[in-house]
Amino acid sequence: MKELICIVCPRGCHLTVDENNGYAVTGNFCKRGEVYGKAEVTAPVRVVTSTVAIHRASAKTAPDAAGGIEARCPVKTSDAIPKHLVLDAMQQIYAASVDLPVHIGDVVIHGICGTGADLVATKDILA
Amino acid sequence: MYDLIVVGGGPAGLAAAVKARECGLKKVLIVERSLQLGGILNQCIHNGFGLTYFKEELTGPEYAARFIKQVEGTDIEVRTDTMVLDITPDKTVHMVSPTLGYRAEQTKSIILAMGCRERARGALSIPGTRPAGVYTAGAAQKYVNIDGYMPGRRIVILGSGDIGLIMARRLTLEGAKVLACVELNPYSSGLNRNIVQCLNDFNIPLYLSHTVTNIQGESRVEKVVVSQVDDRTKAPIPGTEIEFECDTLLLSVGLIPENELTRDAGIALDPRTKGAFVYENMETSMPGVFACGNVLHVHDLVDFVTQEAQRAAEAAAEYVLKGQPSRENIIDVRTAGGVTYTVPQQICPENLKDEVRVFFRINRVFGKSEIVAKLGDKEIKVFKKPFMIPGEMQNVSIPAELLAGTHEDLTIEAREVTEPAADNGEVAK
Ligand SMILES: Cc1cc2nc3c(=O)[nH]c(=O)nc-3n(C[C@H](O)[C@H](O)[C@H](O)COP(=O)(O)OP(=O)(O)OC[C@H]3O[C@@H](n4cnc5c(N)ncnc54)[C@H](O)[C@@H]3O)c2cc1C
Ligand code: SF4
Repeated sequence: MKELICIVCPRGCHLTVDENNGYAVTGNFCKRGEVYGKAEVTAPVRVVTSTVAIHRASAKTAPDAAGGIEARCPVKTSDAIPKHLVLDAMQQIYAASVDLPVHIGDVVIHGICGTGADLVATKDILA
Repeated sequence: MYDLIVVGGGPAGLAAAVKARECGLKKVLIVERSLQLGGILNQCIHNGFGLTYFKEELTGPEYAARFIKQVEGTDIEVRTDTMVLDITPDKTVHMVSPTLGYRAEQTKSIILAMGCRERARGALSIPGTRPAGVYTAGAAQKYVNIDGYMPGRRIVILGSGDIGLIMARRLTLEGAKVLACVELNPYSSGLNRNIVQCLNDFNIPLYLSHTVTNIQGESRVEKVVVSQVDDRTKAPIPGTEIEFECDTLLLSVGLIPENELTRDAGIALDPRTKGAFVYENMETSMPGVFACGNVLHVHDLVDFVTQEAQRAAEAAAEYVLKGQPSRENIIDVRTAGGVTYTVPQQICPENLKDEVRVFFRINRVFGKSEIVAKLGDKEIKVFKKPFMIPGEMQNVSIPAELLAGTHEDLTIEAREVTEPAADNGEVAK
């Protein structure tokens, strides 16, 4: 038996999923909770968002105190990846960096952790 | 002379400027005090933005970029690194920047979109020493996501608002140990989705009905003490202390609309929202000055910020192109039964087009309930809600014909039909 909270709507039903009984879901107020509960126990996935280092040619590396120019480029996985691979993905993300300019959707890591998902930039940073 | 000056270049300001240009205003200026447009979204690198507006799950910077691109495709003027200092009743906007120096620009209309800032420690008065290592969660978010610094290694978070929850996950992924998330209320003010994906995924305990009662450390935080509180009085219960050895305490204890400019301009503020009083068209008590986004009331979803900004922009365009709408018959919007505030607070029924959308929050968890709109004692419309939590802003849309010709005040009342599930919000301790 696995207990979890449904995140599909703000009601937040407390679900129980029975692995030994065809992943039967109880505690759900509506059908959507059943679908979520089953998927969350059988194959949980997450989108990973983080940042990578930026290579800047000029000396303009210092982040500005006013909150403007960034030292990091935000990234995400283009699809949700299996939850058990999230920490492995972070190891690859720590080691990655981008050259400027970078645009939204530019691939930073192809097929992260052997999944079909890429790590892509989520911000246009020109200089 | 500008047609419109927008103060603040976050999602509210960006959407307002684009919409005003579309509605026929020609000379539009956005003034933004930081070096880039996008506001708080620049540091919100997580996903979950735009589900309502774009029907897509975007990260904060991606959501902002959609509107920045739209602004760049127009002749809207943008001044970044420029801070608005003062707004005077003749609609002169006083601003200063390193490149332009001091400028006073005249405009026919103004949209206030300054966003909000975090409540800091001073607002809370936690006993103990005053070491380094106490940050607001949003400041920590900027250090990690934009500047690339870690605020600490062993972390306790006070407050379970969404920013605190998001930072618990973020700091864990970056290699810190988040020891606990501590919440004064018996329920979390954050979204369930964030409790599951930010705390439960990483086995970070959530202490509901607890608070930080002491901070210890010489030059740097060394320990925080957490105690359980009485749910009614919120007083710490002696003997329930838990000590956490840590180097950092993050505060995620709420946001306050940033309204110094508004107050100094003499615009009336609502003590409940800490934002301006507005009419149905987002106009403040100063004709031709409109407000939207987090500066008006704290929003949890950026999609609603965008829509509110668009309404403010349509009204600013009408004000400039057609003149001030009639304010002869004004009705108040009152609250009852657990509704804590409404936006708008006042309505002129004859100015309504199809409907008026009233936004509000409730003060506790509601099970199956009804939102009742009343004119005087007469119920004019009932809205069914399966479930409501204080952390989620609610809204109802009232058709204009139901308010036509009335002189009675409108009341928005929340009524529970059944009790809420008693265990709601009680999440893994
Ligand atoms: C940490 C965090 C996480 C969030 N997560 C989500 C989420 O997952 N999903 C979601 O939909 N929403 C989320 N939100 C909410 C959403 O981001 C906000 O509601 C939205 O950004 C508010 O937009 P705004 O334009 O009103 O304010 P802001 O984004 O704060 O922009 C205000 C701008 O005004 C500028 N300004 C202020 N004063 C002046 C002045 N005097 N002169 C010139 N410029 C000035 C500021 O520099 C700033 O750029 C989150 C918010 C935060 C803080
Ligand atoms: S089971 Fe249905 S009602 Fe319950 S939280 Fe999930 S989606 Fe909402």
